[in-house]
Amino acid sequence: MKRATSRATSQEKSRTQSQEKTQAWSRFPALTEAGWLGAALLLALGLTVLVTLPSGASPFETIAVLLEGGLGSVTKLGRALAGWVPLTLCAVGLLVTFTARLWNIGVEGQVVMGAIFCTAALRPFDTGGVPEIILAMAAGILGGALWALLAGLLRVFGRVHEIFSGLGLNFVALGVTLWLIFGPWKRPGVASMSGTEPIDVSLWLPRLGPMSVSWAALALALAAIVGVGLLLRRSSWGLKLRAVGENPKAATLFALGPRRRLLQAFMLCGGLAGLAGAIQVLGVYHRLLPSISSSYGYTALLVGMMASFRLGPVPFICFFFAVLTVGSIQLPLQMGLDSSLSGVIQGIMVLSVFIVHGLRLWLRQRREAA
Amino acid sequence: MTDTMALALAAVLMAAAPLILATLGETLTEKAGVINLSLDGSILLAAMTAFAVAVTFDSPWLGMLGGMAVGAAIAGLLGVIGIFLGQSQLAVGFILTLLARDLAYFLGHSFSRQPGPDLGLWTIPGLGEVALIGPVFGSRSPVVHLSLVAVFLCWWWMYRTEAGIRLRAVGESPRAAFGRGIRVRLVRLWYCLAGGALVGMAGAAYSLAVKPGWGRPQGCEGAGWIALAIVIFGGWHPVRAALGAVLFAALQVSGIYLQDIFPSIPAPVFQVAPFPMMILTLLAVNMGRVGWIQDLVRRHPLLKRFSRGWSFDPPAALGQDFDPRKGL
Repeated sequence: MKRATSRATSQEKSRTQSQEKTQAWSRFPALTEAGWLGAALLLALGLTVLVTLPSGASPFETIAVLLEGGLGSVTKLGRALAGWVPLTLCAVGLLVTFTARLWNIGVEGQVVMGAIFCTAALRPFDTGGVPEIILAMAAGILGGALWALLAGLLRVFGRVHEIFSGLGLNFVALGVTLWLIFGPWKRPGVASMSGTEPIDVSLWLPRLGPMSVSWAALALALAAIVGVGLLLRRSSWGLKLRAVGENPKAATLFALGPRRRLLQAFMLCGGLAGLAGAIQVLGVYHRLLPSISSSYGYTALLVGMMASFRLGPVPFICFFFAVLTVGSIQLPLQMGLDSSLSGVIQGIMVLSVFIVHGLRLWLRQRREAA
Repeated sequence: MTDTMALALAAVLMAAAPLILATLGETLTEKAGVINLSLDGSILLAAMTAFAVAVTFDSPWLGMLGGMAVGAAIAGLLGVIGIFLGQSQLAVGFILTLLARDLAYFLGHSFSRQPGPDLGLWTIPGLGEVALIGPVFGSRSPVVHLSLVAVFLCWWWMYRTEAGIRLRAVGESPRAAFGRGIRVRLVRLWYCLAGGALVGMAGAAYSLAVKPGWGRPQGCEGAGWIALAIVIFGGWHPVRAALGAVLFAALQVSGIYLQDIFPSIPAPVFQVAPFPMMILTLLAVNMGRVGWIQDLVRRHPLLKRFSRGWSFDPPAALGQDFDPRKGL
């Protein structure tokens, strides 16, 4: 009996102690968050070093080459920013679909479809100006939105999970690109992986000084960040979309029109992805290529997951990932390594964040149970 | 005539072998209630590892073991993060898919376009002379035999053993299983590993038998997603899933023949043809669950007989967490 009470008091004591401890920690929540983020980054660094070891290259030299390749000069920074624009557009669009709890993996194909529609709109014009560029962008938005709508219809009416429909449609979009490049839109004489006939310089997006990124594209990406932020946090549409995502049954009962809203979310995300594809055509490659999307759609999904689908961190993660992607072009040239290392590092970073999240959860539960 | 038929059937079984293995692996994992979305990347990384090990040690069977180990390792990572650390299985699986794919291209760079050993052919003595079966199975790649044996073993394990009951209990009703003293999370992790090993075997089957060699692209990109869709098509039953895999392989092989018949259709169309087919099959399967179609099937005598015992319901606790500390 006595032992039992003493154990109870000691338990109580330890509980108050742990409470004090948590209080001491919770006085600086920002510091705690930073500490965990640091832990995640350290874990990511460790894992990166681990996986680069078998390739025989020095890990830190490799990382230095990556960062130098993305940030080393004004031109390189411009290229990184040119990658930041489509990545941000896609990631911001994915925030909309994720608010409705949709896994829009089809974002990759929506970028491609945007590029295809944009190129199609430009084909009648040899030269042009601002109206033609705006028309081409609108066509890109339309293409992405329609491709997303297809995945949405399959989800809402066909009950096909959007992961499968989106993924299948990604491959189909790639197939359509290849067919166009090698078929109806092939360059006179030679059809090759280098794409269609380049568009006229008068149809290019205006550049920002010496950098290869266009100020118009940057402005559009910034506008998308602000617009989606306002839409999701300040509008009733965003609130209702969140309700649809959290509880579709209740949303039906409250007449929020979940089907219509899901389709709208799909189309908004697809439109932003299509705009990204149009910018790839108008501002970066100036033609349609098989690799026009540069896998920015998939990378944007990683960005969204790393940011836990909050808007705040998205632009910064996008910038870092764009630096890695652009820097990785240097790897085959300087180190004889495959450029997919940037994808490996990005994946490891997101995975590390998830592992650290999970460990925090586990520790908290253990503390509560004790 | 019978010879060409036998050849076509053999080609279908060959193309189906890795799909069958991957589908069986995912079926096992999903039956235990865990979604392993990392199939596509796992297959690629396992294919790369299997080829690299086979080249380095000049032993294709050691390569296959290496591929299986990699598949199990990725699935184990998913299992630990998804089951024990409570993170979203879909999210982690998708990250692992992309990560494993890029890792395969990165680490496999030096093995790209190299000659290497493959699993060769198995000649079963005496079988070659048997009519009908002989030309199909007499002298084929061992992955064909392996995949067919695996189908039987999976079915037997799941529906004829006590361990199989535990497996299904954990996926259908983890709380009830927990109440009966089954360690739910551990069983789930175990089937993650087993399913991952089968997926790894599928990867090895690609790089050591079906499409020998390694490169970027290897040629098996997208197979993992198809396998994931076939699991749904097969209604989470190993034999039906295997039939689905054979059906898909048959469509793929017939695509190669069609390409010769219709040379005007460009090659990319045939390359992406499996994916709209995947969407359409899923559409057909899921439409089968819609109320008015089920009513129609119930009323129509012929359809009713056909649909008997053909349930497409996923394991009830698929993708759901189970935390034993929260108790029953």
